[in-house]
Amino acid sequence: MREILTEIKEKALSNIKEVMNLDELEQMRIKFLGKKGELTLVLRDMGKLSPEERPIVGQMANEIRNEIEIEISTIRDMFRNEIKKAKMEKEKIDITVSTNKKSLGHRHPLLSTIEELEDLFISMGFSVVNGPEIETVENNFNALNSPENHPSRDLSDTFYITEDILLRTQTSPVQIRAMKEMGAPLRIVSAGRTFRFDDVDDTHSPMFHQLEGLVVDENITMANLIHTIDIFIKELFGKDMETRFRPHHFPFTEPSGEVDVTCFKCMGKGCDACNGTGWSMELLGCGMVHPKVLENCGIDPEKYSGFAFGMGIDRITMVKYGINDIRLLFENDNRFLKQF
Amino acid sequence: MLLPIKWLKDYVDLNEEPKVLADGLTLSGSHVESIISLNKGIEKVIVGKILKIEKHPDADKLLICNVDIGEKQLQIVTGATNLKINDYIPVAIVGAKLPNDISIDKTNFRGVDSYGMLCSLKELGYSDSVIPKEMRDGIFILDKEYPLGTDIAQVLQLNDEVIEFEITPNRPDCLSVIGMARETAATFNKELKEPEIKIEKEVEDISNYIDSVEVKSSLCNRYYTRVVKDVEIKESPLWLQIRLMEAGVRPINNIVDITNFVMLEYGEPLHAFDLDKINGRKVIIREADNEEKIITIDEIKRNLDSSNLIIADEKSPIAIAGVMGGFDTEVTRETKIVLLEGANFNGKSVRLTSKKFGLRTEASTRFEKGIDPNLCKTAVDRVCQLIELIDAGTIVKGNIDVYKDVKEEKEIVLRPNKVNSLLGIELSIEDMIKYLEGLGLKSKLKDEVINVTIPTFRLDLEREVDLIEEIGRLYGFHNIPSKPLVGVLTRGEKPYGRIIEDKAKFILQGLGLNEVMTYSFISPKVYDKIKVSDNSPLKKYIKLINPLGEDYSVMRTTLIPNMLDLLSRNYNRGVEICHVYEIGNIFVPKELPVKELPEEKKILSLGMYGKVDFYDLKEVVDKVFERLGIKDVEYIREEDNPTFHPGRTARLVIGDDVIGIIGEIHMDVTENYDIKERVYIGQLDFNKIVDLTNLNFKYKPLPKYPSMLRDIAVVIEKDILAGEMEKVIWNNGKGLIENIELFDIYTGDQIPEGMKSVAYSITYRSHERTLKDEEVNEIQQSIIKDLEDKFKAKLRS
Repeated sequence: MREILTEIKEKALSNIKEVMNLDELEQMRIKFLGKKGELTLVLRDMGKLSPEERPIVGQMANEIRNEIEIEISTIRDMFRNEIKKAKMEKEKIDITVSTNKKSLGHRHPLLSTIEELEDLFISMGFSVVNGPEIETVENNFNALNSPENHPSRDLSDTFYITEDILLRTQTSPVQIRAMKEMGAPLRIVSAGRTFRFDDVDDTHSPMFHQLEGLVVDENITMANLIHTIDIFIKELFGKDMETRFRPHHFPFTEPSGEVDVTCFKCMGKGCDACNGTGWSMELLGCGMVHPKVLENCGIDPEKYSGFAFGMGIDRITMVKYGINDIRLLFENDNRFLKQF
Repeated sequence: MLLPIKWLKDYVDLNEEPKVLADGLTLSGSHVESIISLNKGIEKVIVGKILKIEKHPDADKLLICNVDIGEKQLQIVTGATNLKINDYIPVAIVGAKLPNDISIDKTNFRGVDSYGMLCSLKELGYSDSVIPKEMRDGIFILDKEYPLGTDIAQVLQLNDEVIEFEITPNRPDCLSVIGMARETAATFNKELKEPEIKIEKEVEDISNYIDSVEVKSSLCNRYYTRVVKDVEIKESPLWLQIRLMEAGVRPINNIVDITNFVMLEYGEPLHAFDLDKINGRKVIIREADNEEKIITIDEIKRNLDSSNLIIADEKSPIAIAGVMGGFDTEVTRETKIVLLEGANFNGKSVRLTSKKFGLRTEASTRFEKGIDPNLCKTAVDRVCQLIELIDAGTIVKGNIDVYKDVKEEKEIVLRPNKVNSLLGIELSIEDMIKYLEGLGLKSKLKDEVINVTIPTFRLDLEREVDLIEEIGRLYGFHNIPSKPLVGVLTRGEKPYGRIIEDKAKFILQGLGLNEVMTYSFISPKVYDKIKVSDNSPLKKYIKLINPLGEDYSVMRTTLIPNMLDLLSRNYNRGVEICHVYEIGNIFVPKELPVKELPEEKKILSLGMYGKVDFYDLKEVVDKVFERLGIKDVEYIREEDNPTFHPGRTARLVIGDDVIGIIGEIHMDVTENYDIKERVYIGQLDFNKIVDLTNLNFKYKPLPKYPSMLRDIAVVIEKDILAGEMEKVIWNNGKGLIENIELFDIYTGDQIPEGMKSVAYSITYRSHERTLKDEEVNEIQQSIIKDLEDKFKAKLRS
């Protein structure tokens, strides 16, 4: 009987090796291991064996069954893998095709610049506040220490609604509102629309945007202002950007300064765009809040000091994205908007 | 302000490179806009002398000159007409280079060889606006004999740069060479050498020529005059002309040139009258009468009014004060005796007058900003000194000086600790005093404070903080070490409304809409374009007093016109699909005419055309509301809004609150905007959206029990709104309906005219148990019955 079992084993293993597909393999399984398979049939005769031989042959038969089963399953896996492979081979597609079925909207480059800047200042402890586009002469000029005869107040510079009401020419009136409403200490930033009597051309627009920051607290110094501006410019334009503080004049700050940054075009080497100076001019204006302005808002300049800064966002956006005509920002051509 | 460096060197010893000079001055507060090298690149241009002039045989307009350049004679063809024998002129010889990359070669003009070019001032790099009128079209004729062959750069002192400054309005004293010299001296720690004013010879007395000066207006604080006789009017010497041209001023004649020179030098505008042409022996400063007229030296007749300050003789106006002199009393070739004026006029008055006449002159820009009245005398006396120096006339003794409000030096107390605490530095008192003294501010330490004497030319220094700025800028803002902010405020916040706005924008972006931005002011004509009725509240808009034009003249009360405008622009530029939004303000006046600030309301404006219908727009709105947690929005048919399609427009209502309107734009309106496609626009009150937003999303357990899906299809009258039917379905649901989905609306075959088939798929689920068929069937039956009762619906089988 042992010989018969060994014979079946060898026959089964060699037959299995020759099958061509899963069906044939199944037939082999039935042929040897099925209910009426060769191995099964042999085992039926186990009864004829002596009680001593039975467990030995039984164990041998089980081992042979296992061996055949393992072989079948190995071959089965091989066939299945081949089938999957062939299927996937057939399913090959052109992976360079774009169908453009999904669409995601685009943020306006200027408004997203404002948002980025606001978020940056929020991380520096500034709170965002907003003010109205239509303002009083009091908030826009008087309280900001603007001289009564200053040309910026003329009808040829500022849009008026009445003698006392105008379209704000700067975001600075928000400073006045904030100081009057919240008092000191204060750390705010405010961005928004501003208006000046400028005809439309590639660098001018009667409506433009500013962002303004203000800090009022005890012991605020110009050194703090310089630090704040420095961080902001490096965040916005990158670590390689150098800044240059130079004195300037604004009625609402004293001392006042303007900040130049490395020329964007030549990175400081000097080129036509920067008149050979290596500096891009007048990125922002800043200074220590004028004591008169603090007084106008009911804040004691002997106890508190502060700094303020303001910048034109339209220009910053244009520099950042390489936009050469401010009109593009307001035309809203879809093909323009989709680039950002 | 143009500052020739060589002029600056008259008052400060300098050997710094122009770039170093410019950087230093920029960092101490005088912002350099550019460094101009007027005559850059001139090579091989030398002095020559005309020996012979002949006509070109074959060209009427050309001349052949023989020019002596010392070592040899050259034949040069020219088209100029102002030459004569023995003139000394600049000659660009073969191989010469001129500004703007021009180089000179041997040429041939109609058969005659030409070995070089005779140069005009323009060819030497001067701008048309400063070249003397008589030299504008011709060769530059030198004022006297120079050694032949001398480099012209040497003769004209060309090797020098001009710095252009942006002078801030608080520093009118810097609109002068001496003012800038003072800044330069302070910046580079050098000494300022002001001219010593001295007149060698004075004759007769001013009273022989003029009786009095009467100042009849408070707009003139000082009027100082002197008289110069025996003047001989001619061109100025070359050095004077070159100075003026480099500083951007056109030479006219010796007397006028000197007054301009001194104006540039001291910043005090001056004027010279031809005294013989003044009627009577009085000079009167007064406001003009309405109806009065004057012809100014630009030969334009100007109508004066009582807001204009004028200088007059006993008969008529002879100058517009601080703006421009009169033509009749102008200094001309025939002038023999001049009256010099150094005056101090009110800045505002000069500004308004110069504006009225559209005349911004070197004088008016200086008066506008304010001038030290003490300069009147200094400047006029300096003119006399220079007239004497170039031998242009004889100075008459004495002056007439009407000076009302005498400007005197004042004192400001400066606390050194305040300087350091505001700038954030640690500067010694000695250094502070050094900086102040460098600027000509006498400073004395007494009782731990510095008493600073403010000279009268520093009109801008009013209080302590102004002096802190002076110290700060000379110390250098760039030298102040940067120090981080400290304090109690370390956490920044964004207002809630802005957070919601950002969120809404994020959702809209996800829905594929692009963000746009339009002007706050619009044309009043657009209200007709969108067919707004005359009594609509939208027409209660705020007007600007001084708009840029009608297109930008009223503050918008709706964002629809801006939206249509930009959609139209895109459409007409061939953009096929345009889906956009804007969040912007409208301006609602509390009353008209406006007395107080209007309400500024934020509107979410949506606009779409191209591959969209009403339902796409509605879905955008629904998604925004869903993600902002806004519930129970009802869409109510809006049939009588003239801007919109009567059958495709909805008013959005939550409770009693109208949130906005969405719909298809009326065909008349799209025609007005040249759009040949259906356009969908929504206008939502964003402030209300912010109020209604509820981001307090709470987790609900995921369903444990299975759902059941049932369909209902009914035939119903066409005008019944889906929203109405859905209300009925929900109401019958006994709280077991999880979702209703409209999956088909059908009209046509098999459906009677005026009816439609509507099919819903309803999801039932309980959170407590598995639903039984019977209870769901019961609900289905009650829904069908209710639909039948309310809308005469018929179940479709």
